[in-house]
Amino acid sequence: MAVLVIAEHDNQVLKTSTLNTITAAQKINNEVHLIILGKDIQTLSDTSKSIHLISKVLKCDNEKLENFLPEILAPIIVKTALSYSHVIAPASTFGKNLLPRISALLDTTQVSDIIGIENENTFIRPIYAGNAISHVQTNQEINLLTIRPSSFEKCENSGGEATLEEIPFIDSEAKTHFVSKEVSKSDRPELGSARIVVSGGRGLENSDNFKLLYDLADKLNAAVGASRAAVDSGYIGNEYQVGQTGKMVAPELYIAVGISGAIQHLAGMKESKVIVAINKDLEAPIFNVADYGLSSDLFQAIPEIIKELDLLNQIDS
Amino acid sequence: MKLVYFIEIQMKVLVAVKRVVDYKVQIRVKSDNSGVETQNVKMSVNPPDENAIEEAVKLKEQGIATETIAISIGEDKCQDVLRTSMAMGIDRSILVKSQNSLEPLAVAKTLKKIIEKEKPDLVLMGKQAIDDDSNQTGQILSALLNWPQGCFISSLKIEDKKVLISREVDEGIEKLETSLPAVLTCDLRLNTPRFASLPNIMKAKKKPLEAIEIETLDIDIEPKIKTLKVIDPPTRKAGVMVKDVKELVQKLKNEAKVI
Amino acid sequence: MSEIQREEMLYDVVIVGAGPAGLSSAIKLKQLNEELSICILEKASEVGAHVLSGNVFETKAMDELIPNWKELETPINTKVTSEDFSFLTNKKSFKIPNFLLPKSLQNHGNYIISLSNLCKWLGEFAENLGIEIFPGFAASKLIYNESDEVIGVQTGDMGLDSENKPKDNFEPGINIKGKVTILSEGCRGHLGKEVIKKFKLDDKNKSPQQYGIGFKEIWEVDHEKHQLGKVSHSVGWPLESDTYGGSFCYHAENNQIYLGYVIGLDYKNPYLSPYDEFQQFKTHPEIKKLLSGGKRISYGARALIEGGLQSLPQMHMPGALLIGCDAGTLNMPKIKGSHTAMKSGIIAAEVINNHIKNNTDLSAYETEFKNSWIYEELNQARNVKPSFRWGLVPAMIFTGIDQKIFGGKLPFTLEHKHADHESLLPARDSKKIEYPKYDNEFTFDKPSSVYLSGTNHAENQPCHLLLNDQNLSTTFTIEEYDEPAQRYCPAGVYEVEYDNEIQKNILKINSQNCIHCKTCDIKEPSQNIEWVTPEGGGGPIYSGT
Repeated sequence: MAVLVIAEHDNQVLKTSTLNTITAAQKINNEVHLIILGKDIQTLSDTSKSIHLISKVLKCDNEKLENFLPEILAPIIVKTALSYSHVIAPASTFGKNLLPRISALLDTTQVSDIIGIENENTFIRPIYAGNAISHVQTNQEINLLTIRPSSFEKCENSGGEATLEEIPFIDSEAKTHFVSKEVSKSDRPELGSARIVVSGGRGLENSDNFKLLYDLADKLNAAVGASRAAVDSGYIGNEYQVGQTGKMVAPELYIAVGISGAIQHLAGMKESKVIVAINKDLEAPIFNVADYGLSSDLFQAIPEIIKELDLLNQIDS
Repeated sequence: MKLVYFIEIQMKVLVAVKRVVDYKVQIRVKSDNSGVETQNVKMSVNPPDENAIEEAVKLKEQGIATETIAISIGEDKCQDVLRTSMAMGIDRSILVKSQNSLEPLAVAKTLKKIIEKEKPDLVLMGKQAIDDDSNQTGQILSALLNWPQGCFISSLKIEDKKVLISREVDEGIEKLETSLPAVLTCDLRLNTPRFASLPNIMKAKKKPLEAIEIETLDIDIEPKIKTLKVIDPPTRKAGVMVKDVKELVQKLKNEAKVI
Repeated sequence: MSEIQREEMLYDVVIVGAGPAGLSSAIKLKQLNEELSICILEKASEVGAHVLSGNVFETKAMDELIPNWKELETPINTKVTSEDFSFLTNKKSFKIPNFLLPKSLQNHGNYIISLSNLCKWLGEFAENLGIEIFPGFAASKLIYNESDEVIGVQTGDMGLDSENKPKDNFEPGINIKGKVTILSEGCRGHLGKEVIKKFKLDDKNKSPQQYGIGFKEIWEVDHEKHQLGKVSHSVGWPLESDTYGGSFCYHAENNQIYLGYVIGLDYKNPYLSPYDEFQQFKTHPEIKKLLSGGKRISYGARALIEGGLQSLPQMHMPGALLIGCDAGTLNMPKIKGSHTAMKSGIIAAEVINNHIKNNTDLSAYETEFKNSWIYEELNQARNVKPSFRWGLVPAMIFTGIDQKIFGGKLPFTLEHKHADHESLLPARDSKKIEYPKYDNEFTFDKPSSVYLSGTNHAENQPCHLLLNDQNLSTTFTIEEYDEPAQRYCPAGVYEVEYDNEIQKNILKINSQNCIHCKTCDIKEPSQNIEWVTPEGGGGPIYSGT
């Protein structure tokens, strides 16, 4: 049986997490269908047909679906899910909010936050905040999974020729009403969910020098983080602390600037996909976990990186 | 003669509390890879459940809630976390005794049975347990009850019958309006849990704690997922040293493809 | 902050510290009179979480306290099956034949245990007797009445920020009053330190107190290399012969090895790093062989009290008793303090019960103590530690004669000459020590070690390591001793950092890392560092240690 992927989108474009989820689905079965529920999603559904690896797009278009309330989405998906072996959503706040409701309605136990797929019923997922890795097996009639987007490549969104099928809207009495959505106040993305994090340590020497980091972060559309040493020294506020006692982050790219790499810090960022370390001290333990290390004075290196990034952008545009 | 009618508005809050390995403990994978060592390890209230307890106690202090109840499921020792809840201000508690650890679906079914009996107007719990990191129970429960759900909330306001919540979502903050009864799951940002004071710990020892055997609830608690093995996370290996900034940026662009 | 109204709780007996001494005292008191109301305050987040000890356990006191313990499910399971004592050089080890070893170093009939687990067990036993134990609450201050008698303790305020201002969740400490207060905080308790000074308990011809720092790691090793019940000790490498110390290695349950090192804090070279001596010890070929393929699962360090009888302060004072390692009842040549701590608690219970019932004076403690077997033990042991100021080999020969031939009954008593904080030589007169790099297989840096201990202190709270003189480190210890705190602290709490503003090196205190070992309070040359209790529940979370 085919695998059904629940699309995460904003009624206009798919979120990248959907493309990561499709890649994961492909590891289970070659036949992957995509279900898109939303309001005024004709264009979105049409463009989605060309996603590589997708053979069918299911679309449910209704104004009541505009804000993705799980109470309304779930019954529609449940009806469709019955003819699939697996239903997969990204383990974003969208997927986390929605899929367990489907699990309740189907009387099926869901496997959350999968980072690896062994085969169609064996999955790998972190537990205890990534401090242990669990291999689990599920063999239910319909298997519900959420996958961690950063653990799977995104698939190509062109080259496919999927068919499009309309599915009926099922009205449920919604007691919940959407009021508003405030996209993060700060211009920079949220530390916990950012794709790129630029973090500073005591090597920055004082709070004024953190400005360098903000500049770099803005170039990369990255969130800013800090080590406990930097927070303790008063260079930056507590809420920026990455590590065992601060935030746990798992971005695609983590750039550690002037951070020695105390184990408490490593505990909070070791799940990052790519780690870059910039530090004067070649002995700094951060280099033991970094994919790319640069032993250099950060006060020279950071402005240079900013310049290089500008150059790249010029070439691209 | 004048007649005075007292209309008593009842509002019961039920808080689900899980006993987990304390977040400060460095957990250790068992050498036979069957799971994580929990013998002789410090256990505590699941951190976001503490936020749920705090919120319930606040609602009572504000005169919105009339009774607060904590519930936990598990072995006898789960009494600890219920006593802690009561020391923080919860009125009474229920322990559903179970020798086996339950999957979120079974937990939600157990809670549903208790809710049918206790008839609370609001159910609060943490958004996620820090041991299995499933993040499911609240959502499942609300679907089983066919109640509105509010997940990952960082603020809560109850006015008349209206419930206003802010949810912490990836893009920022989403605001919803819903009604009671409802199931809400709490984010760490919701509030700052209070410390249990010594006199309150003493008082909590005398508060009622009812124990129920899970078998008497007649629900299917059979696990549907089998754990094959639990292993240590792979240790990261040192990568390459680049000679300068140019090489670094090139590698990030062309090799790692992250910028 | 203005005076806050504090709630009050009343008990017959208030005990500070749920270690072996305090728990034994509480249990014995209940056994003597079940009507007594007793509470124990424990700063750790749970009973046992701040307990770290070797530990080869002599059951003498346990036999007296809970005679049927063998029928109960205690965590005392592993009998000592074999033992050896070696002298190490950097490549080799020489076994000292067992017949030459003094009786105090023979462990037949003893058990290898986790003292942390035993305390947890004793805690549950005590609670079942109706004793109130409050983990997560630090006794931060003593309360006295107008006649300067101890009448109880105040628990620490919770929810203060680093500037001592109340946060949202502020919860003021309360006063807990008792007819008698027992101080059983373990080595160098901060209330114990206060009463010793206030009541001049160490005045009467006592030698200065002596301390050591002990490290312990737990390793899970290959089943083939594990010999359940084996006890090994060593002296020698990597320490120089003028430094007092040695290693222990116990083969405990579940293929675990308790590996540790103890170093006297009277060492002279400010460049010595006890932590690194221990790490280096693990690179000895014999130890490497044992550990290779294994996994380190636990780390901790704690100061221990070694002065013995010569330094033992008076243990009673108006309204309170000072017992166990808080006073200094450890038997150094045996490297054991649990059984004596428990016994000192049992004696305290008997004295207090009598005091409450018949209004007898607490000073009866002195006589009861003298008539007990602890006194006899400590008296026999008294000359061993001070003889080590002559260096390792003469001391071992002397100890052989003293312990083996005279059974500790030589007609003189060697005194301790100096307090440990007086022993450091200036940096300029000392040899720098180069320690090998950490290999992350057998040896590890301090942050990774502290990480294993689960140490944490709630963020944004007042620093619990106070400097009496804020500038003294800059003007004195950094200049004179190259700041020894950065080396004697086993948790990386102290760092020296260059301050651009004043263009001088300053001492930086990362108090979040503190594992409550108290070494800084002991060793700081000018006694400038004061260890006080942080917010309750902070510190390490040891388990199985």
